[in-house]
Amino acid sequence: MAYSSKAKDFYSGELQGMKDKGIFKEERYIQSPQAASIKVEYPKGAEPKQVLNFCANNYLGLSSHPDVVKAAHEALDSRGYGLSSVRFICGTQDIHNELEIKMSEFLGMEGTCLFPSCMEANAGLFDVVLTPEDAMISDRLVHASIVDGLKLCKAQMFNYKHNSMSHLEEKLQEAQSCRLRMIITDGVFSMDGDIAPLDKICDLADKYDAMVMVDDSHATGFIGKTGRGTHEYHNVMKRVDIITTTFGKGLGGATGGSVSGPKEIAEMCRQRARPYLFSNTMPPAVVAGSLKVLEILSKSTDRRDKLEKNTTYWRAGLTKAGFDLKQGDTPIVPVMLYNAKLAQDIARDLYHEGIYVTGFFFPVVAQGQARIRTQISAGHEMEHLDKALAAFTKIGQKYGILGLKKDEIIAKYGL
Amino acid sequence: MSDEIKKMIIEYVKKEYLDEDSDQEVKEDTKLISSGIVDSFSMVSLKTYLEKKFSIKLPDEDATPEAFDSVNNIIELIKKFGAKV
Repeated sequence: MAYSSKAKDFYSGELQGMKDKGIFKEERYIQSPQAASIKVEYPKGAEPKQVLNFCANNYLGLSSHPDVVKAAHEALDSRGYGLSSVRFICGTQDIHNELEIKMSEFLGMEGTCLFPSCMEANAGLFDVVLTPEDAMISDRLVHASIVDGLKLCKAQMFNYKHNSMSHLEEKLQEAQSCRLRMIITDGVFSMDGDIAPLDKICDLADKYDAMVMVDDSHATGFIGKTGRGTHEYHNVMKRVDIITTTFGKGLGGATGGSVSGPKEIAEMCRQRARPYLFSNTMPPAVVAGSLKVLEILSKSTDRRDKLEKNTTYWRAGLTKAGFDLKQGDTPIVPVMLYNAKLAQDIARDLYHEGIYVTGFFFPVVAQGQARIRTQISAGHEMEHLDKALAAFTKIGQKYGILGLKKDEIIAKYGL
Repeated sequence: MSDEIKKMIIEYVKKEYLDEDSDQEVKEDTKLISSGIVDSFSMVSLKTYLEKKFSIKLPDEDATPEAFDSVNNIIELIKKFGAKV
């Protein structure tokens, strides 16, 4: 069947519907490397503008680090552009194996299996290690890629209220007749920036004989004293069984993901995980860049320490200005606005002030939880933070929301 | 009988999906999915609960967000698949 006018009208109507509802995701074109300060064309065709970036996952400021870029260049020369294949056929190079070893060491795990992305790691993992006799017991706010992975798995699904240990315990009790149980959580929840109580989760896992799986994509490299992640933060490095994470955020920001854990789990992924078996291998330049990132992070915690200092300064500045923030201890600092239009309007006004942020609203966050999610980077300097704080304060004053709490903002702008 | 079942489902939704400190009201016509009380992920556990409670099987193609969007809709759905309500 050709692409008929009927099909064209259908898709056009769908897209127009998204625009009418205000949920159409409009791209803004960055004309520079990813960094604290970027050159952006927005809207399309407008004069490009230099703005400060407060919505990237470039937590450690390594996306354009000269040593990382150099390592990637060298790998292009020595290992080529791509493998033209999947790993198990003819797409594994020595540096892939090296990255798996270094990643296992970094996270304190026995083994690692690389994937083209963490989305694919999460899509592949559960179906490989759990069957209908088993139970997956998941926090309700886990990342969409985990939800997709759980849906692909035939194991029995239980979920518990976000970070509620009493509800988790109820679900563990319900799942006691299952053969294996796996508790599944994000380490840092990407929308709220809060950290899962892994110490308490591990206690419950011990009590009810369950494995613990953590997606630490928003933590690896910078959470915990030496940046190992939320298992280090909660002092449970030997008690978390499986960690999935990404090389696409703090660890250089290109792409790629991994499953780390007991060597049998890593090997099961290599043998059976469909995204591993049927997706092309991580490009050599990205592997070499990721290896360089791990080397940088293993030598010094300077970047992680600067990120922590920046985050503390940013959070204190926004609080002093009178914004309503989600409390937390991570570089994800959500400014709560509750009303979707308000979030969009403020994000647009901040762009005109030279600050690049995004409004989030339903269905990305729950109804009535609209916000601007700011993200801090080790690449931010004090003058960046001060300029952004001044801009936020100016725009906050314009909308009369400084010092207002949830009920007052909702009373003023509605939900 | 139907009122008792409605009450039972409402209690389950409140206990299972609302925060302990939530003062949100759930009635038989409250929007569950489109209001965000029950997200698409949690629909799976709601479906499992209904299947176990009423000893029925709800086919995936019928377990749509619309069918789960209120307690009234849920009652219609489970009646269709043989629940005695």
